[in-house]
Amino acid sequence: MSTRSLLGAVLGVMALTGCAGSPVTETPDLGRVATPAEVAGWDVSIAPDGRGLPPGRGTSSQGAIVYQQKCQNCHGEKGAGQPNDRLVGGHGTLASKTPVRTIGSYWPYATTVFDYVRRAMPYSQSHSLSDDDVYAVTAYLLHLNEIIAETDVMDAQALPRVKMPNRDNFILAYPTRPK
Amino acid sequence: MARPKRSSPAPSGLLDRRLFLRTGLAAMGAAGGVAAGAPGAARAAGPPETPPWMQYPGAPFTAYGGPAKYESKVTRTLIRSQPGTTGSGASRTPLEMLEGTITPSGLHFERHHSGVPDIDPEQHRLLIHGMVKRPLLFTMDALMRYPMRSRIHFMECSGNSQLMYGPTPPPLRAGELHGLVSCSEWTGVPLRLLLEEAGVDPAASWLLAEGADAAAMSRSVPMVKAMDDALLALFQNGERLRPENGYPVRLFLPGYEGNMSVKWLRRIKVTPTPTMTKDETSRYTDLQADGKSLMFTYPMGVKSLITRPSPGLTMPGPGLYEVSGIAWSGSGTIRKVEVSADDGRTWAEAALSTPLLPRALTRFRIPWKWNGGSAIVKSRATDSAGDVQPTRDRLVAEHGNNVVFHYNAIQAWSIAASGEVRNVYA
Repeated sequence: MSTRSLLGAVLGVMALTGCAGSPVTETPDLGRVATPAEVAGWDVSIAPDGRGLPPGRGTSSQGAIVYQQKCQNCHGEKGAGQPNDRLVGGHGTLASKTPVRTIGSYWPYATTVFDYVRRAMPYSQSHSLSDDDVYAVTAYLLHLNEIIAETDVMDAQALPRVKMPNRDNFILAYPTRPK
Repeated sequence: MARPKRSSPAPSGLLDRRLFLRTGLAAMGAAGGVAAGAPGAARAAGPPETPPWMQYPGAPFTAYGGPAKYESKVTRTLIRSQPGTTGSGASRTPLEMLEGTITPSGLHFERHHSGVPDIDPEQHRLLIHGMVKRPLLFTMDALMRYPMRSRIHFMECSGNSQLMYGPTPPPLRAGELHGLVSCSEWTGVPLRLLLEEAGVDPAASWLLAEGADAAAMSRSVPMVKAMDDALLALFQNGERLRPENGYPVRLFLPGYEGNMSVKWLRRIKVTPTPTMTKDETSRYTDLQADGKSLMFTYPMGVKSLITRPSPGLTMPGPGLYEVSGIAWSGSGTIRKVEVSADDGRTWAEAALSTPLLPRALTRFRIPWKWNGGSAIVKSRATDSAGDVQPTRDRLVAEHGNNVVFHYNAIQAWSIAASGEVRNVYA
């Protein structure tokens, strides 16, 4: 390889082959092709339209039990907060001098609740809840925020259809940031 | 002391930025640093002719060096974690204790969402999948064989300086207020290389980056940025990443808010739209006074602050000082830093450290003859995009006090006749 460096050669070849072109021969190409089963095991993210939601279901009443066992120590009774983030209420406060940002008052997508609880909660035991438990505790938090009814079943079809109250109050600042 | 010929002090006492360069070491020797004590004090208490450390051989070699024991007070500062946790919060760089532009790796600020994972590099993998022709798994050894690039860039948490949105100026030091910014040389593989190998679908405009921490911290990144200057960083300041900075591999997005540079990177999913993760919807969005929120405010705004003098570094008496500080912008290169020593009535242009690098900390310096009276000092940066650092009044007027991110207003320090320096809104 010349003194123009491996990187220069690689990028040069890429410029010729384009973004989505045929396999690029002048790169190290040291990745192993992942199997569908491997990808499925890693792919935990949920899109706002519900892509990625797993099978399973849960209701608010089931979620109340999970919440009391796994969440209440940090987030307070019925999501009232303390010692950590408040999860419920705050509706109508965002334009005040003391805004309260909760799942109910602030979060734009219900799918995000499922995604985040499944990947990161409970804080000291992440990835320990079953998908049914995550659906259930998501339903419980949405119900406490008066967004769904107590008897509503949350699953891969129902959750993306939930319209969060604050969804239309986000202004996209990318690619141009409003001054 | 050498007398500057063409640099008679303005009323504010700020002198030509080239004074120290022109008059050379004679002036430098008499100037003294902010923390160096009164002129002449060092001579009066001079060292013995043969100090103890000249009378016997010194310490042996060390396998991995550390700072001098006399500098043990130079540590990360204002370390705070969520109640009941030890690793969900931040620690800050002690900006007022440092000089130059590179932050020592051990003092780089930290922001973790669920602690620092202990990752075995032999077991760690990076998966690239989603809208690609071939989903690929990379070992860390494989990544180390790819061509690399080295770039000096700042990293700033979008929540840096957020206490300054408060109604009264917090009585804190520069690093405690603004220390969620650091600057390193980052070395790694251009992300574009691996995306090209996987074969990105032209219809894909985004990707999701996910970490291997217990929060599986995740953010969506525009494909345009990923293909432009995104780096899979493996090295920081010449050595492998420190655990708290993403070992064994992290994403690095120059100029963008720090949390997007996902640490402990384990997965990149190529997607048609943003994934709308918790951290890009409920956390790092900017609530405005009218209740609306700005979403995806990526570049960090043009910003500067004076680090010497600053709170905690009491000025030991009238005389010639060098005002020193840092400036940076997520939108490009620092073009100009102006300094005022009279609460913004007059401004003088400071000297900038070279080379001037885009999206990197830039050191500015200017001599100041302090007459011993009370004064308010400030700095104001301008970047290559033409953006000028706003006043706090203007920033708050435009965005309100409810936003907790992207604070980049002009910082004012008040200096009392006693030499004490305080944080003020001015």
